[in-house]
Amino acid sequence: MKITVRYFASVREHIGLSQECIDTESVDLATLRNELINRGDNYSNGLSAGKAIRMAINQTVCDENTRLTENAEVAFFPPVTGG
Amino acid sequence: MRFDVSIQTEDFDLSAEIASLRNGDKSVGAVCSFIGTVRDRNEGDDVSSLELEHYPGMTEASIYKMLDEARNRFDIQGAKVIHRIGLLMPLDQIVLVAVTSAHRGQSFQACEFLMDYLKTQAPFWKKEGIPEGHRWVDARVSDDQALQRWGIDAKNASHSI
Repeated sequence: MKITVRYFASVREHIGLSQECIDTESVDLATLRNELINRGDNYSNGLSAGKAIRMAINQTVCDENTRLTENAEVAFFPPVTGG
Repeated sequence: MRFDVSIQTEDFDLSAEIASLRNGDKSVGAVCSFIGTVRDRNEGDDVSSLELEHYPGMTEASIYKMLDEARNRFDIQGAKVIHRIGLLMPLDQIVLVAVTSAHRGQSFQACEFLMDYLKTQAPFWKKEGIPEGHRWVDARVSDDQALQRWGIDAKNASHSI
């Protein structure tokens, strides 16, 4: 299925992209994260398992077991630090 | 009733924002506001700049959700949240939360509640300029604990999720 993936803050800097459209067979966020990590060093540096990474689907924070849907906007980002 | 959110690069003027929030409403008897500003020290280092990034769309939606939660919990008449983005310097204003109510207790509490919520639940990220270069600011466990006082389980700074 086709989805848009957005990256923010340190994740964006590691990967070197703020967003990309991808065609994936991953069914949920955890699988997608692993698929991206396997793409290479820039992705694994941004998303590796030891890092605290938050995930959202269609701009709502979700846990890693949440299933992907066609045309979803997925986001990966570090813990937030506003205020 | 006025509940409004603004994400902006421009600075803001407290007096003008409060006048707009009060809007001539004679039932308002209390106005409580908080302003966060850029410090020149963090984690023991000199800070020369602070750059703020956010997730457009999700940011606004998450803050409106906080305002709804504040209206459910407290007897308040209006609230305004302004959060700046982009490059800021020490002394600059970063964030404003202002709340109106009939009596002071509700606006004091709602203002603190909204700030505690904002720190851990709105998608903003800070990058600070230090003598060695730049670094992303780490989330603080103490901010999660601040929100837990209101009965909301925050795990923003946790590494386990």
